[in-house]
Amino acid sequence: MFGLLEFTLLIAAGSFLAGLLGSLTGLGGGVIIVPLLTLLFHVDIRYAIGASLVSVIATSCGAAAAYLREGFSNIRVGMFLEVATTMGALCGAFLAARIPTAAIAIVFGVVLLYSAWTSIKPEAEVPIHERTDVIAQRLGLDGTYPADGMLVAYHVHRVPLGFGLMYVAGTLSGLLGIGSGALKVLAMDRAMSIPFKVSTTTSNFMIGVTAAASAGIYLHRGYIDPGLAMPVMLGVLVGALLGARILPGAKVRTLRMVFGVAIAAVAVEMIFKGLRGHI
Amino acid sequence: MAFAHGISEKRFESLIGVMLRGGVILAAVVVLAGGCLYLAKFGELRPDYRIFRREPGDLRFVRAIAADAAGRHARGLIQFGLLILIATPVARVAFSVIAYISERDWLYTAITLLVLGILLYSLTSA
Repeated sequence: MFGLLEFTLLIAAGSFLAGLLGSLTGLGGGVIIVPLLTLLFHVDIRYAIGASLVSVIATSCGAAAAYLREGFSNIRVGMFLEVATTMGALCGAFLAARIPTAAIAIVFGVVLLYSAWTSIKPEAEVPIHERTDVIAQRLGLDGTYPADGMLVAYHVHRVPLGFGLMYVAGTLSGLLGIGSGALKVLAMDRAMSIPFKVSTTTSNFMIGVTAAASAGIYLHRGYIDPGLAMPVMLGVLVGALLGARILPGAKVRTLRMVFGVAIAAVAVEMIFKGLRGHI
Repeated sequence: MAFAHGISEKRFESLIGVMLRGGVILAAVVVLAGGCLYLAKFGELRPDYRIFRREPGDLRFVRAIAADAAGRHARGLIQFGLLILIATPVARVAFSVIAYISERDWLYTAITLLVLGILLYSLTSA
């Protein structure tokens, strides 16, 4: 056992690394910080989820300012889909109190495996739909993004499918204390055929609001411990902001591969521990 | 359609950006101040998070947290910083509601109001 100062500094250092790697690989800090706290520091998964959720809000809001300036985020798409993610987040936060922690650990492991896969797999071409979508048009979702000094227009498709996937992403966010960035990007990039860079920045924009919807419930339920959340939030925030700064010049392909494999191993361990009821 | 003019949309986006960044910086400063106080005060404690005991009531409810923070209790101050952080995206949505109303975009006013309602429900429930 450590004293309080050592414990806090170790957690802060680990969270810094989680924020840095999460930002460089695009996985996000949450999927790294929860296994780190539970498997390495033997923190109860409820405290880990509470602290992670808070750090997720910090990263999202901290990075959104820069992305908004670059002009990639589609605010209308974000606002509209936040209806789905916040409703899902409420559902996830309610579920979190009703299902055993071992089951939460297993679900977490499965989501982690999926994240590892998205990090390892080769980037696939997104099908282009030329036809415009009636719902997207009525909601005014189509947008433009800057490329080579010009504005490129794009259409948004399959809005109901994207909305449904966003509800699932919100539920997982509220249940597991993560941003669910991978699933949010899947919903926009693959289902709604929104350009990748627009999808990732809009996803980041939405993550803060999604997490805030379950954070209130977590707070009332006593999952957010100030002594633990303090080093986690500060560490992840600084790590993520540093990651965002060095990302444009970094070669992340190898990092993503190595890290994807490591995350897959951690996922198996989470599932194993959950199955044996050790969490 | 709202934001037909590129300029007002740009302004809207940069205002949201300033708001988000300001909220995070303020929250981080308060959490850091509370954290220093916490470490100075409880440095001898041996932290143990292996067993979950829900946090005491004064660290779970908005009004009690504010009272704790005002009394400069270390843990209350950290929790207050975290509350500022949670309130930041909520403030962003509230600001968007006003922006859409001023643009007379009633569809998006309704959409953002719905999101704001869900967020406020979460913060005030229990």
